Amino acid sequence: MQLSRDELLRAYRQMKTIREFEDRLHEEIPKGQIPGFTHLYSGQEAIAVGVCENLNDSDAITSTHRGHGHCIAKGCDVKGMMAEIFGRATGLCGGKGGSMHIADLTKGMLGANGIVGGGPPIAMGAGIAFRNRGKGEVAVALAGDGSCNSGPVFEAMNMAVMLNLPVIFVFENNGYSEQTAPAYAVGGGKTDMVRRAEGFGMPAAKGDGTDFFQVYEMFGEAAERARSGGGPTALEFECLRFFGHFEGDPQRYRAKGEVEDARENLDCLKNFRAKVTEAALLDAADLDAIDAEVLQLIDEAVEEAMAAPFPDPSEVTKNVYISY
Amino acid sequence: MPVMTYREAISEALMIEMDRDETTIIMGEDVAGGAGGSSGERDNQSGIFGTYPQFHARYGENRFIDTPISEAAIVGAAAGAALGGLRPVVEIMFADFIGYCLDQIMNQSAKFRYMFGGTARTPMVLRTAYGAGLSAAAQHSQAIYPIITHIPGVKVVVPSKPADVKGLMLTAMRDDDPVIFFDHKALFGVSGEVPEGDEGIPFGVASVSREGDDCTVVALGRMVHFAETVVDGLADDGITCDVVDPRTTSPLDEDAILASVEKTGRLVLVDESTPRCSVASDISAMVAQKGFDFLDAPIEMVTSAHSPVPFAPNLEQEFLPSTDEIEAAIRRTLDY
Repeated sequence: MQLSRDELLRAYRQMKTIREFEDRLHEEIPKGQIPGFTHLYSGQEAIAVGVCENLNDSDAITSTHRGHGHCIAKGCDVKGMMAEIFGRATGLCGGKGGSMHIADLTKGMLGANGIVGGGPPIAMGAGIAFRNRGKGEVAVALAGDGSCNSGPVFEAMNMAVMLNLPVIFVFENNGYSEQTAPAYAVGGGKTDMVRRAEGFGMPAAKGDGTDFFQVYEMFGEAAERARSGGGPTALEFECLRFFGHFEGDPQRYRAKGEVEDARENLDCLKNFRAKVTEAALLDAADLDAIDAEVLQLIDEAVEEAMAAPFPDPSEVTKNVYISY
Repeated sequence: MPVMTYREAISEALMIEMDRDETTIIMGEDVAGGAGGSSGERDNQSGIFGTYPQFHARYGENRFIDTPISEAAIVGAAAGAALGGLRPVVEIMFADFIGYCLDQIMNQSAKFRYMFGGTARTPMVLRTAYGAGLSAAAQHSQAIYPIITHIPGVKVVVPSKPADVKGLMLTAMRDDDPVIFFDHKALFGVSGEVPEGDEGIPFGVASVSREGDDCTVVALGRMVHFAETVVDGLADDGITCDVVDPRTTSPLDEDAILASVEKTGRLVLVDESTPRCSVASDISAMVAQKGFDFLDAPIEMVTSAHSPVPFAPNLEQEFLPSTDEIEAAIRRTLDY
């Protein structure tokens, strides 16, 4: 394990921030202050953070409707994100994007995306820019298991291979494509998801999405290959979503006890804590201190978001174009 | 002033910007052509409409990219490359194929700027060939620019003349918003005077190619040529008309249209698209709202039929606006 103490602390902080951010939204949404649709990432934190800890601001990611975790992992300001989700003027997108469209281009976060399968072609295009620039930057398409049945994703994978682009396709298989399981929706069976990418001619591998270290290492290898001109890779990480497809989803499609079992046995944060404390890499006290700081940050984020003004009505027609 | 074809004017504009700005790239299906073919020859077809002569040799693989037949990925690639710092021009061979990549136009590139709170810059041009008249039938002939004009966040260019093609393409390639550029496939061989140099034509500024007092004829693309033919013929009967070509449907030069209608008191709209929610109906509504007092006769619309584009040449002619229909419409406004 080559991660330094600081790197381990940072990874934990990022995962914990995502968890608390999402858990807090789960509490806040029923109170009625958050407009629109929200899709929570809890349970999948090791994937976003395992990927993004290998990236710099000049690398790019595209994301999904379940994008909060990706945004935090890629460095988006947590308070700006919270304000955005509350639809406030101080939000990262000025309240015009909301949960499904958070972006920070200065951090290489090319946007959460409300269209399943919308992101991978965009990541592939960023890969063309990076290939032409020749500075070793990589583009990452973070996508869900649902998108693995979407034609534009296949098109993007094929083009990434034939143009030898520095693009990594990461499929987070959280067990449900919205409300339908890949075991049903993926022809060939759920185990074959990443084999499809292999069919396009790129290296493909599957890993445990609840194990930060495995994600970090597998993605690191793919990123290294992409940075050195070795072209694209596809990775599939298995995990389980702790909440529904959207907040308010009754989740009648899930067996009783499935989520409880996942929280008990497939929790990436517990998994991480156990590993680093057992190996004496970090003390429980280090982690507890981070827990307290993160809670504080999320409290402040919610408080500040709720105190912030809504966008001025005159904003409605601003920034449709740069010039018109 | 040099005379060149619509096709040559496009090539010239593309070359000016490709030469000037290294971050400009071109991507599309068969743009060079021949990749992987048994002759080993690249670049010998210049793209399906001959708009890229020797571009592959001139600009190389990294800037002139033959793509697979993957429209969604092509337009998505443009959106991503634009966010990544390039200025991509992509070709969707026939406008009808936009059905395959509408998400990347409508939900992605058009909305980045707004959704991301004004932080995104998406300088991309989508070139596409549209229009009937070649018996290319229902899936290779449609004039679908109204569908795209409806979408906030994209600009839409529908040029009629070689000079406009050059100037508007230069502007499109320098613009920082997504631009969808509709070339009429029956106009590629049409010649006209084209200014030298690299001056762009601003978007949202109509061109008035004929001036008169009796009626305003607003037409787009190939229909401008039809309208001019009719208007030139009517001069023999002492009837004079303005022919106003908006050139871009988004932004739309409302002022030029209203100023002309104020002068003539009559309006005929000629639009190759099908009639419902067309550019003709859009301009008609605009003039009814903002220029009602100027009108001395009901607004006339000459559009294609509300049907798919038929294959048989006689049916296709029946489907399209004709010079006879345009003339009859003008005369109806005068006889009212």
